[in-house]
Amino acid sequence: MRAAVVTFPGSNCDRDLAVAFEAAGFEVARVWHKETSLPAGLDVVGLPGGFSFGDYLRCGAIAANSPICREVKAFAERGGHVLGICNGFQVLLETGLLPGALMRNASLHFVCKPVTLRVEGDGSPFTGRYGAGTQITIPIAHHDGNFQADTDTIARLAGEGQVAFRYLDNPNGSAGDIAGILSPNRRVLGMMPHPERAIDEIHGGTDGAALFAGLAEALVAA
Amino acid sequence: MKATVTVMLKTGVLDPQGEAVKSALGALGFGGVDAVRQGKVIELDLAETDAGAAEASVTEMCEKLLANTVIESYRVEIA
Repeated sequence: MRAAVVTFPGSNCDRDLAVAFEAAGFEVARVWHKETSLPAGLDVVGLPGGFSFGDYLRCGAIAANSPICREVKAFAERGGHVLGICNGFQVLLETGLLPGALMRNASLHFVCKPVTLRVEGDGSPFTGRYGAGTQITIPIAHHDGNFQADTDTIARLAGEGQVAFRYLDNPNGSAGDIAGILSPNRRVLGMMPHPERAIDEIHGGTDGAALFAGLAEALVAA
Repeated sequence: MKATVTVMLKTGVLDPQGEAVKSALGALGFGGVDAVRQGKVIELDLAETDAGAAEASVTEMCEKLLANTVIESYRVEIA
């Protein structure tokens, strides 16, 4: 299985994400944002957390228009798997691959702490290992994680099983306590919490590891 | 030509920063501020000399990059 992890200027979770993919058995290629093509034979692209382009203009907006993101979009539109975490989720929304927007936290504070999530993600390759209804605890670290969309979109995401994770105790004001969402084909996941920061006991928890392991299993089975 | 783009959160979208500014104004003793909305202004110097073409071009820039039309509205002024 092959994964690519994109690095933008200001990404800071790119190495962590690569390590998490490797721990789940992926061969990982690191890709710079100015590249105009993705490696051949890829199964999944990871868009990491951080502060791409210093969060200038809007979080993720400039990264979403970088050369590699055109390729990531085409890859997703061909049915490829894409995982965007934190700033990567913001980038996915700015590319239009997922609906909605991430606004400043309702508290206006940067929030950095472990949070408990309820897994939903009906039939997605990212959540298969957990099973719906499971509770997991992984960290968040963001200033702009307040997920908002119009009420029709929120209802559609819930109705179509595209909500992957919800916060038990909403830390940022997100509509419907939404922490992560899926594309209609379940192959694009964007989430604010950081599963790659919870894959080893030394991190204080390992609840994130099953996301990567579950994705690997799903890809092998496919 | 010069273009000025004003980007604001759409009506109905909660603006936590505007709310914080409003409460800070209240704390400073400025009464009667019913609402505060915070946005951004982007100024562009354009080579284009035709106002209509400049406006069309800047509008496309807004749609593609300068505004996130999910949550923001924009206004283009050409001078």
